[in-house]
Amino acid sequence: MSRGAGRHLVLITGGLLVVVVFAAALLAPLLAPREHSSQTLERRLESPSAEHPLGLDELGRDILSRLLWGARVSLGVGLAVVVLAGGLGTLIGAVAGFVGGRIDGVLMRLCDVVLAFPGILLAIALVAVLGPALRHVVVALVLIGWVSYARLVRGQVLQLRELEFVVAARAGGYPPLRILWRHLLPNVLPVLTVQASLGMAGAVLAEASLSFLGLGIQPPTPSWGAMIDAGRSHLLDAPHLALFPGLAILLTVMGLNFLGDGLVDYLDPRQRRLYERSG
Amino acid sequence: MSTILEVEALSKEFPVRRGLLQRQRGSVRAVDRVSLRLEEGECFALVGESGSGKTTLARSIIRLVEPSSGSVRFRGRELLELSPRELRRQRRDFQMIFQDPYGSLNPRMTVRKIVAEPIEVHRLIPRAEIPGRLRELLGLVGMPEDALDRYPHEFSGGQRQRIGIARALATEPSLLLADEPVSALDVSVQAQIINLLVDLQRRLGLTLLLIAHDLAVVEQIADRVAVMYLGRLVEVGNASEIFARPRHPYTVSLLSAVPVPDPTSGRQRILLPGEPPSPMDPPSGCAFHPRCPIVRQRCSTDEPALEERAGWPVGCHYPDEMSAPLIG
Repeated sequence: MSRGAGRHLVLITGGLLVVVVFAAALLAPLLAPREHSSQTLERRLESPSAEHPLGLDELGRDILSRLLWGARVSLGVGLAVVVLAGGLGTLIGAVAGFVGGRIDGVLMRLCDVVLAFPGILLAIALVAVLGPALRHVVVALVLIGWVSYARLVRGQVLQLRELEFVVAARAGGYPPLRILWRHLLPNVLPVLTVQASLGMAGAVLAEASLSFLGLGIQPPTPSWGAMIDAGRSHLLDAPHLALFPGLAILLTVMGLNFLGDGLVDYLDPRQRRLYERSG
Repeated sequence: MSTILEVEALSKEFPVRRGLLQRQRGSVRAVDRVSLRLEEGECFALVGESGSGKTTLARSIIRLVEPSSGSVRFRGRELLELSPRELRRQRRDFQMIFQDPYGSLNPRMTVRKIVAEPIEVHRLIPRAEIPGRLRELLGLVGMPEDALDRYPHEFSGGQRQRIGIARALATEPSLLLADEPVSALDVSVQAQIINLLVDLQRRLGLTLLLIAHDLAVVEQIADRVAVMYLGRLVEVGNASEIFARPRHPYTVSLLSAVPVPDPTSGRQRILLPGEPPSPMDPPSGCAFHPRCPIVRQRCSTDEPALEERAGWPVGCHYPDEMSAPLIG
C-alpha cells in the first residue's frame, strides 16, 4: 500500500465512523428497539442476549436503546459547542488578526487568561455555579473552547493578510469587511475544518466527563457519561453497563480524531500547492 | 502634458523593535525624502537593487503602507489627508499590478469573480452590463473568454499576470503601478507581458509607474527613469539620456551590469565592493560613499542633494566623473 493510500485510509476510516455515529443519533427513534426509559426491574443488570443485544442496566432498561438516544446528547452538545465556540473564536481571532494593534493585544491576553486554567476544571466550576443542565454544559464548554479557534484564526489571518491577493484587495479599494469575508475567511476554512473535528472530539469527551460527574443532562435522559457513572458501581458484577457507553465514546472520539488528522494530511500545504499548480 | 502625480519629500520609517519588551531601538528609513513628479501618459521607471526601497516607495505613494511624512498629490488632491473611505473611492483611479502572479490572485475565486470584484465594489456599471465588460477586459489582455469560469491555478504565470492586469484595468484607472510585473515570469513570457503593458498604456492613455531591476526592460519602455539607492533617489531623468550618459557613479555601475550581446564590445562590468549598507544605520554623508569608486573626502561628511546639475537632477558631488570610458 502506498503512503498516499495510507493517509486516505485514516481519513476514510474517520469519516465512516463519524457518519455511522451521526446516523445512529439521527435515526435513534427508528433504530432503538425499546423505549429508552422503560424499566423491567426484575431483569436488571441482565447480560447481553438476543432480545437485548447489549444487555440491561441497573433499572432494567435496554442499553442499546439508551446508547442510541445518548448519541443525540453527545453529538448535539459536541455540535453546539463546535458551532458556537468556532463562531465566537473565529470572530474574535479574525478581528484580532485583521485590526491588530491594541485590540489584538487585549484579545490575545484574554485568551491567555482562559488558557491559564485547566479547561475541564474551569468547566466544572462554571457548571457548578450555573447549575447542572445541558445548556450550562454547552455554555461552559463554549467559554473555554473559543480560545483555540481564536488563536488559530488570528495566526492564519496574520499570515494571509501579507499575501499579495489581500494587498491587491486593499489596493483595489475594497471595504475591510469584504476583504475579511471574501478573501481571508474562505482561505482559513480548511484549517478551521480540521480544528472543528478535533474540537468536537474534545467536546464529546468533556460532555461525558461532566455527565459522569452528574453535572450534565439529568435523568432519565440517557447520556454516555451518565451511563458510565451508573455502571461504575457494577464494574465487577455487570461490566457491560460501563463497557458499551465507554466503547461508544471511544469510537466517536477516535472517528473525529481520525477525521481531523486525515484532513490535516489531505490539506497539507505542500501537497495542496502541488495540487494547485499542477492542475 | 499635465502632472498626474506629485510626490514631495515622502519618507517611510519602520520602527525596529528588539528584546523582551519589544522596545523601539531605532528605525529603518526605507524611503528617505523622495520627491518625484509623473506626467500624464508617461512611463516612469523606478530602478535600483533589491532592498533599495522601490516597493515601499510605490506602496507608500498609494498608502498601502502609511508614509511617515511628506506629501502625495494625485491630480492636485492630497492623498495623505484623505479619510479611509475617501481613499477607497479614490483607489479606482490608481491600480496596481503585482510581482507574484501566483500570490496575487485569490486561489478560491474564479477569474470572473476576481475581475468583476472591483467593478462591483466601485459600482461602476449596472449589474447586467458586467458580463459584457468582463469579455471586453479579457480581450484587452489577450485572454480567451472561457477563462472566466476557471480558477487561477489552471493558468500559467504569464496568463495569471494577464488576469491581474485585467483586474487592475477593470476600474478604468489613469495611473498604473506595476511592481516588478515580469520578474517572476519566464524570460520568454516577459517580453509578451511588457509588450502588453506598452500597448495598453498607449491605447488607454495610461500613466505607468514601473518598478524594475531589469534595466533592459526599462530601457525598452520607459520615458523617464529614477534611480534609487538606500531609500533615496540618486538620479532622475529621461531614460534615453540616462542610458546614454549616466552621471551618478551608482547609475554607471548599475548600467554596466546590463549584459551586452556583443562579446567584443570590450565593456567592463564595474563590481561594487561590499554589500549595500543597512538602512538601519546608513552611512554618513553620501549613502553611496563606502562603495563608490570615485569617493573623496567630502563624500563621507556632506550629503549631496538631488539637484539639477547641468542637465538633470543628480545626487552626487562629483557627477560625470565616471562615465564614458566604461559604457559601451
